[in-house]
Amino acid sequence: MPEYLVRFAQAHESFRKVELQALADIAGVTLQIITYEEDSPYCIVDLPSDTAARKVIARSILAQGIYELWGQGSTYTALHDSVHTISASKWSQYETASFRFTVEGYRGGNSTDEQRDIIDSFAYMAFKGPPRMRDPDVAFRVFEDYDLDVKEPKYLYFGRLIAESCRNEAKRRFDLKKRLYISTTSMDAELTLLTANIAHVAPGKLFYDPFMGTGGFPIACAHFGAVVFGSDIDGRTIRGTGGSARRGQTGKYDVVGNFKQYDLESSYLGAFVSDLTNTPLRILPPDKDSTKGYLDGIVCDPPYGIREGLKVLGSRQELLETERQSHQDQYKIPGYIPPKKPYSFTALLDDILAFAVATLVEDGRISLWMPTANDEDIELIIPSHPCLELSSVCVQAFNKWSRRLLTYRRRRASEVPEGTLEAVKKEYEKGTRASDLNDFRRKYFQGFRELESMKKEFVRMKMEPKTNGDVASEADVKT
Amino acid sequence: MKLLTLNFLTCAIKTCKTNPASFPLHPRDAELEIVEADMNLPFLRNILPRLMWEELRGICGELGLPELPATPPTPADLVEASNAVHGSAEADEEEPSQTAKDLHRILLETCIQEGKLVCGACEHEYAVKEGVANFLLPGHLV
Ligand SMILES: C[S@@+](CC[C@H](N)C(=O)[O-])C[C@H]1O[C@@H](n2cnc3c(N)ncnc32)[C@H](O)[C@@H]1O
Ligand SMILES: [Zn+2]
Repeated sequence: MPEYLVRFAQAHESFRKVELQALADIAGVTLQIITYEEDSPYCIVDLPSDTAARKVIARSILAQGIYELWGQGSTYTALHDSVHTISASKWSQYETASFRFTVEGYRGGNSTDEQRDIIDSFAYMAFKGPPRMRDPDVAFRVFEDYDLDVKEPKYLYFGRLIAESCRNEAKRRFDLKKRLYISTTSMDAELTLLTANIAHVAPGKLFYDPFMGTGGFPIACAHFGAVVFGSDIDGRTIRGTGGSARRGQTGKYDVVGNFKQYDLESSYLGAFVSDLTNTPLRILPPDKDSTKGYLDGIVCDPPYGIREGLKVLGSRQELLETERQSHQDQYKIPGYIPPKKPYSFTALLDDILAFAVATLVEDGRISLWMPTANDEDIELIIPSHPCLELSSVCVQAFNKWSRRLLTYRRRRASEVPEGTLEAVKKEYEKGTRASDLNDFRRKYFQGFRELESMKKEFVRMKMEPKTNGDVASEADVKT
Repeated sequence: MKLLTLNFLTCAIKTCKTNPASFPLHPRDAELEIVEADMNLPFLRNILPRLMWEELRGICGELGLPELPATPPTPADLVEASNAVHGSAEADEEEPSQTAKDLHRILLETCIQEGKLVCGACEHEYAVKEGVANFLLPGHLV
């Protein structure tokens, strides 16, 4: 199979191979990774054809483009030798084509004059067509990979452009800064698009987000062709409150407005208000024929319960008969608020997986975000279910914490031994205080208090008269 | 909410879900609106085997919409016969049949804006406001 050079963005490194493989799977193409390094934007892969390469990369968020590999080497002499060996038979095809020839350096580079010399050193390919920067028939590029602060590149590649990805365009189009309706928990647009790719979104499929907030994931899924719907326990986030997280913005903003903004309303089925642990969606055990899975995928960022404890419908204690009666009497009165009780994040994760098992079609994917931590203390185990195969784990690190994107595949009935589903019915923990229930939350606030006392200490040492410093940054809490 | 969502929704009360009468939910006092949407043949084809046909027919009847055929269409029924004969593999060239257009109209262009969705088993009513149904259960039903 021909070799291609994938030019990655140097961002979200642990997601790059996972996205690439997912895109190959969606395109139904065999892809083999030949060389890949986390600290390099250059990756060499085997793909069956230019068409396959174009298909895989067109939708990519973390690749910038893909090139047919025409040569590589650790010096220019080696590169030119390699170009002769690999690509000499192809030169004549482009003899009269208009062309572009560029040089790029990663962590290093050359002056314009030096670039000129590099380009001239390829004169033996004898292209006679007119050079053209915009829309040439063919584009070539030399890639120089440097170590930091080293003058000479450590490795070189030369390639013919096959396709650029949608990365820049999609990031620009879906940028939260330009989205009409967002909230403090809206997921970064690049990550929603990336999640959609990893979850195997494709035209004609049906995707659902049970914690949709302002609709970030469904919008990303719709962009890649899926029909989508979502829900949230908070109806205000779906209908909008007549405001926006953005300062100074007033008026009616809601999720459907975002779909309209992107001209994706055709792909939006709508949304409803519900609690995942009391879902109105069909979730009967799969032995009942009517309940074979119907979702191609689920993508979500569940509530971690950091700032406010995690809540689900229900009451802390079993209701007395008189209390039940008063709920019954009042629930139809406008303004009635259904009672909620604290819940544990681990139990919610189990519920989400059980929900996925009940609703996904065979081979359907669920991609869900959850916090982890660099701190050994806090590590939350990756939830599992015998009917789901964990297909990838990607990590996004922040200063004081990190989170993971977990993706599972719904196993086919034939892969799951009989009786498995019954065996997983778990007794969920019952508790009364959110802080007892949610390890992550407890640890989080412990860390927060330690930080506070460190700051106080620091202030004291500097002999500052007043502590005006409730500085512990809101920004950290937010992300 | 587009009518297709009713194909997936049932009563939110756990003990009710096992009762066959809890599906589908029955629209009551429903205000419908047609919101035009682009025809999406690949989606119709994909979703066709997942449709609960009898129940959807029932809902259309209750809403006074044009009747759905007694038996669910096959994937071949979704494209114009002439094109299907030529066997063109290009999805773009496929011409949606009248069946596909009707289905599209009902499932993906007909929206419930206001009203209630009622469980056929426990008779609990879920309100729909501004196109958004509320399935939060009151204290005595969780
Ligand atoms: C981290 S946010 C998701 C934000 C969303 N991805 C976005 O881009 O706007 C979590 C959401 O879950 C909702 N939520 C909290 N508890 C829930 C529950 N028990 N069932 C369903 N949704 C819940 C919250 O209202 C919140 O909107
Ligand atoms: Zn019911």
